[in-house]
Amino acid sequence: MPDSFHLDAVPIRLERCGKTFAGGARALEPLDLTIRGGETIVFLGPSGCGKTTTLRIIAGLESPDPGGRVLFGEEDVTALPIERRNVGMVFQSYALFPNMTVAENVAYGLKVRKLPRPERARRVEEMLDLMHLGEFAGRRIDQLSGGQRQRVALARALVVRPRVLLLDEPLTALDAKLRDSLRLEIDRLLRGLGITAVYVTHDQGEAMALGDRIVVMAKGRVAQVGTPREIYYQPADGFVADFIGTMNRLGGLARGGMLSIGVASLPWSGPDGAVELLVRPEDLALASEADGHFGGTVAAAVFLGDRTRLVVEPADGPALTVDTLGRSELGRGDRVWLRVDPARVLAVP
Amino acid sequence: MSACVQDAPLPHRPAARPPAGPGWMGEPLRLAALLAPAAAVFAAFFLLPLVRLILIGAGGAEGWSAYVTTLADPGHFDSLISTLALSAGVTLVTLAVSTVAGLFLVRHRFPGHALLVALLTFPLAFPGVVIGFMVIMLAGRQGLIGTITQALTGGKLVFAYSMAGLFLGYVYFSIPRVILTVMAAAEKLDPRLEEAARSLGAAPWRVVADVILPALKPALISAGALCFATSMGAFGTAFTLATRINVLPMTIYTEFTLQANIAAAATLSVLLGVITWAALAVARSVAGTSVAAAG
Repeated sequence: MPDSFHLDAVPIRLERCGKTFAGGARALEPLDLTIRGGETIVFLGPSGCGKTTTLRIIAGLESPDPGGRVLFGEEDVTALPIERRNVGMVFQSYALFPNMTVAENVAYGLKVRKLPRPERARRVEEMLDLMHLGEFAGRRIDQLSGGQRQRVALARALVVRPRVLLLDEPLTALDAKLRDSLRLEIDRLLRGLGITAVYVTHDQGEAMALGDRIVVMAKGRVAQVGTPREIYYQPADGFVADFIGTMNRLGGLARGGMLSIGVASLPWSGPDGAVELLVRPEDLALASEADGHFGGTVAAAVFLGDRTRLVVEPADGPALTVDTLGRSELGRGDRVWLRVDPARVLAVP
Repeated sequence: MSACVQDAPLPHRPAARPPAGPGWMGEPLRLAALLAPAAAVFAAFFLLPLVRLILIGAGGAEGWSAYVTTLADPGHFDSLISTLALSAGVTLVTLAVSTVAGLFLVRHRFPGHALLVALLTFPLAFPGVVIGFMVIMLAGRQGLIGTITQALTGGKLVFAYSMAGLFLGYVYFSIPRVILTVMAAAEKLDPRLEEAARSLGAAPWRVVADVILPALKPALISAGALCFATSMGAFGTAFTLATRINVLPMTIYTEFTLQANIAAAATLSVLLGVITWAALAVARSVAGTSVAAAG
């Protein structure tokens, strides 16, 4: 990637940014968050969780409730409308101008900035090449596929060298295969440009793949902020645990420094009483009857190629999902024994 | 926006065609029979009168050259030019007013919104005579504007019985249909387009010029064409305001009833139709095929 594409990495700070809409509905509880310069942060959550509202507050399309502040670096941009914030935006619906060609779309921001024509043409060409869109420069928008449209939208947002790139569910309208390839392309682009990026999605796979950090949101609140690993392995609460990946719930009983799960006893440092334990499918393993912590019956076996996902129903308690690598021949009705990796078990309040 | 979800650009689907086969041998006949009633009505109420009108126009002392000489008559020519100018002016002013008002009504909800929209469409039901009457009430000799200007300046401002009065009446009565078209088109605008333009640094007036107006263009051209055609042919309002107004429909009326110059009236009628049709054709070609879609 040419050096001229490396953009300034501006940190963003949100201070007590809440949003109450005119009808009195609270879309976002006051939120404090610092996004480091050059970082890709992903807002993840179900629809209506406040993630898009947060993005729109950063963009300048919504203003935070009184008392909230948005800072780009040292500059307080709270009062600036979007057109004076120098942000790049990419939308789910692409939002390309239908009355302009690909090149005209990409050039639009430079035209608005009154860049001289030769400079404009040079930068548009450079950006189209970077996005592998050179051959489409003269095309009309309706002659492009969805993936191509979103690449044009990215090029249009980046060519003006924005201080931050804001992406609102940019892959949601695409089919699965395209989504993967464009996600890789976006990842490569964000790393290469070193730009601060805010990405909104409801897809945990996208969030894990793209985010330096993920902000998991629910009902207008931040549930957890952390790296993908932290979110996956140390979920802050049951909501996060369930929202990210597949999580099993096991009932255990703690007594006198020991925790009993099924027939097994594990060392335990927490207080006595009933404990709900969370364990990932990959942290449960098939075992022999002698080594197993508890037994169950296979209720379903889904062959996924590289692994087989089993749903095991223990004698008591909810069904467990277990991933087994290799060529498993297990099927419905088979009796299996499972082992829990005690180091990987989480007790979540 | 459903087309956007599609990854591959949609090829134009070939028009559906009935399958060819022995069962379809009698099809043209059957189609002709089904078409016959429509064709008869079309011939009786459109084609025949029009041909007759054209023939009457050419049936005067001058024959077919009447179509040229009628226009060469200074009175008729002035009448045509002032009608064209009036209609063009009405169209432009109506489009400007209706675009602003229509966009505002689509984007802002306030108490009484539905009532206001209903009121705005009210003049659609009025005949030209009522519009003329209202213009007289406003700007006539006993009108509101006259009374106010007399009280303020001592001089009475009266413009109801002139081109200005007619202009006012036509704008008043064209606004509803244009507003409705603009509102229908504005509802379909993707707000993300404007947000994208703004994120790229476009000031509000630029967003209007680069995003909103291009998106509304087909609707504006089709509504403008209708407005223009209606203004070219409207008669009731002009007849009510009368006297000094020299528009083509009035000229036709005068030639027909007062001078009994039926050939001239027919010639002018045909010319009025052709010129209006040509203006609409030009508008349609400027807008591409979208006029039909938006209309």
